[in-house]
Amino acid sequence: MSNATIEKTAPRTYHDYAQPLWRRVLLTREMAVVVALIAVYIVAAIAVPNFSAPITITYLLLDVAAILFIALPMTMIIITGEIDLSVASVVGLSSVMFGITYQAGIPIPFCILISLVIGAIAGFINGFLITVVGLPSLAVTIGTLALFRGLAVGFLGTTAVTGFPDTWSDLATSTIPGTPIPSIMVIFVVLLILFALLLHATPFGRGVFAIGQSSEAARFSGVRVERTKMKLFILSGILAALAGVYYTLRYGSARGDNATGMELGVIAAVLLGGVSIFGGRGALHGVIAGVLLIGTLASALRLANVTSDVINIITGTLLVFSVVSPSFFAWARSKWARSRGKRGSGSATLAADPPAITQPDDTPSNNK
Amino acid sequence: MMFSMKSKKGAFAALAVTAALVMAGCSSSSDDTTESPDAGTSPAASNSSDDAMTSDANLAITFLPKNLGNAYFDTSDAGGEEAINEFGGTYAEVGPAEASPDAQVSYINTLTQQGVGGIAVSANDPEAICSALNDARDAGVKVVTFDSDTNPDCRDLFINQATSDGIAQVQVDMIAEQIGDEGQIAILSATANATNQNAWIETMKTILAADHPNIELVDVVYGDDDDQTSFDKTAALLQTYPELKGIVSPTTVGITAAARYLSTSEAKGKVAITGLGTPNQMRSYVEDGTCTAFALWNPADLGYLAAYANKALIEGTITGAEGDSFEAGKLGSYTVDADGTVLLGSPYVFNADNIGDFDF
Repeated sequence: MSNATIEKTAPRTYHDYAQPLWRRVLLTREMAVVVALIAVYIVAAIAVPNFSAPITITYLLLDVAAILFIALPMTMIIITGEIDLSVASVVGLSSVMFGITYQAGIPIPFCILISLVIGAIAGFINGFLITVVGLPSLAVTIGTLALFRGLAVGFLGTTAVTGFPDTWSDLATSTIPGTPIPSIMVIFVVLLILFALLLHATPFGRGVFAIGQSSEAARFSGVRVERTKMKLFILSGILAALAGVYYTLRYGSARGDNATGMELGVIAAVLLGGVSIFGGRGALHGVIAGVLLIGTLASALRLANVTSDVINIITGTLLVFSVVSPSFFAWARSKWARSRGKRGSGSATLAADPPAITQPDDTPSNNK
Repeated sequence: MMFSMKSKKGAFAALAVTAALVMAGCSSSSDDTTESPDAGTSPAASNSSDDAMTSDANLAITFLPKNLGNAYFDTSDAGGEEAINEFGGTYAEVGPAEASPDAQVSYINTLTQQGVGGIAVSANDPEAICSALNDARDAGVKVVTFDSDTNPDCRDLFINQATSDGIAQVQVDMIAEQIGDEGQIAILSATANATNQNAWIETMKTILAADHPNIELVDVVYGDDDDQTSFDKTAALLQTYPELKGIVSPTTVGITAAARYLSTSEAKGKVAITGLGTPNQMRSYVEDGTCTAFALWNPADLGYLAAYANKALIEGTITGAEGDSFEAGKLGSYTVDADGTVLLGSPYVFNADNIGDFDF
């Protein structure tokens, strides 16, 4: 606070931002993904028969809803430089818990509540091992990936709980009347707004970015690093459990092997959406576009009768490209700046530096 | 500062060019699609729905196996393709790379959107694909399950590969023929609580007692569907019962392990081995004389029948009600049983004469 008053009295000699607002909003990784999403949608709508039908949107959103839910906390976790590989196993565990409690005759709202609590506990276990015991999240969540999946399969064996009441299954698969948008998207949009505010407009969210930039610096600036990470992993567990309940109701089948491998889909989409795997940068609109881009591509390619192997190859290539491209462009830019440097070294290095530092601030909801 | 502005401008220009290229690519591809189909002037959307309408009448049947790259389903889908080519329909095969419970749902949704005439599916989960299949049926798509059924209210017909009685009967018949209808036999099963195997073994005991009084079933042992355990249990059986004349193994793992033991032991050719196996696993033992004959259903016939059943449903010859009957090409005439089930027939017996025709 005192810093702010000092800054007000001292007239600054530099602008608030190196770039005007439209550039900061439009010339970002995130917008590139949004543009790619729109381009793929338009190309598919024109070139692929039946893709332009509204039902495509319904099926597409139903397919990616679970990934969208989990991507919200995953984005924040990856921005802190950590990772949560156990999410799909939490989906399976929550699905099994939901099935078991339903079978035991507990009313469905309480089944959902119990599943969410189980998810929170699972997230707490991850968070405890990472922040209190101090183990790397990659190792911890690979362990709990196996542990939670093992519990899920152990509780139900190879059997499945089915026969959930239609009112609840319909809730998971119905659309908002008069639109092709599934009703589940209402819950998602509410969560998206909450997470966007949390990440981009609160001190907590600034702390998330700060931890990702430099955990040490964040600690000295007063960010409660451990507590922030703990909260994120618990949030991740709860959202994965919610996805598990949705998944169970959508497919009408609670099984231990539900959503096996989904964590890779989530992480792929988050990285494609412009979140750096090294932490410190990313924005939710890019991640949402990333999830939808992978979903739209898969949907369009399926409609074009492309086999699943080729779809995987295309998605994989896209992902590798998206992870490699920032490094490549950074390298190209620095090389270009160095060659320009002969003529005006001072301004060139200045010009090369600011984007790297200000990019985390490029998020639209930050200012104005 | 000026340089940085220029660099940004350059980047933006590059972005714009890329976008323009993408758009150009998109518009050229749109030209292709609107020109190649017959009506060049109609927009893409109505074109695609025209396609859907015509394919609906044209018997477009798509096979959706549990997963792709599975020799068993390659064989069954090839049978389906043969049938569809016979009656002039359009064959297609799609499927997920892995047999996870929900993986087939997005493929079913896609087929619904494409407006295919019929789907022949082997279900990974009896419940998970239900609502997707019912959406498809609401849209007029006929759904036939084969090999692995869904809940009966999610499909029009289920093509059942074999009944419990049929499987028990063929195994008793084979062993009786191979040992001359008298002597000691033993059963090498899967696990002690395997539902299918236990049901077959009970039925086999009943048939043996009623029709084959001279055959004595001395023991039922369990190889736990594990290759090494089954191998060891076979060795133990031969030592415990020196008079043993035959082994029946109603599981593909068991019969292969038992045949492998017998083929290298002095009991080869003296102790008969039969049961349920797949041609690829049993081929060498049939060729070297360890095993005379074994049974399973013919997946090619299964796919063939599924295709013809789908055709009959699409043409409206049958509705899937009990007692409906339809023609299935080279396989002859079939009748729908209770619960919309069609039985392929008795299990198929593989021997040295026909094993070369199969690859699964």
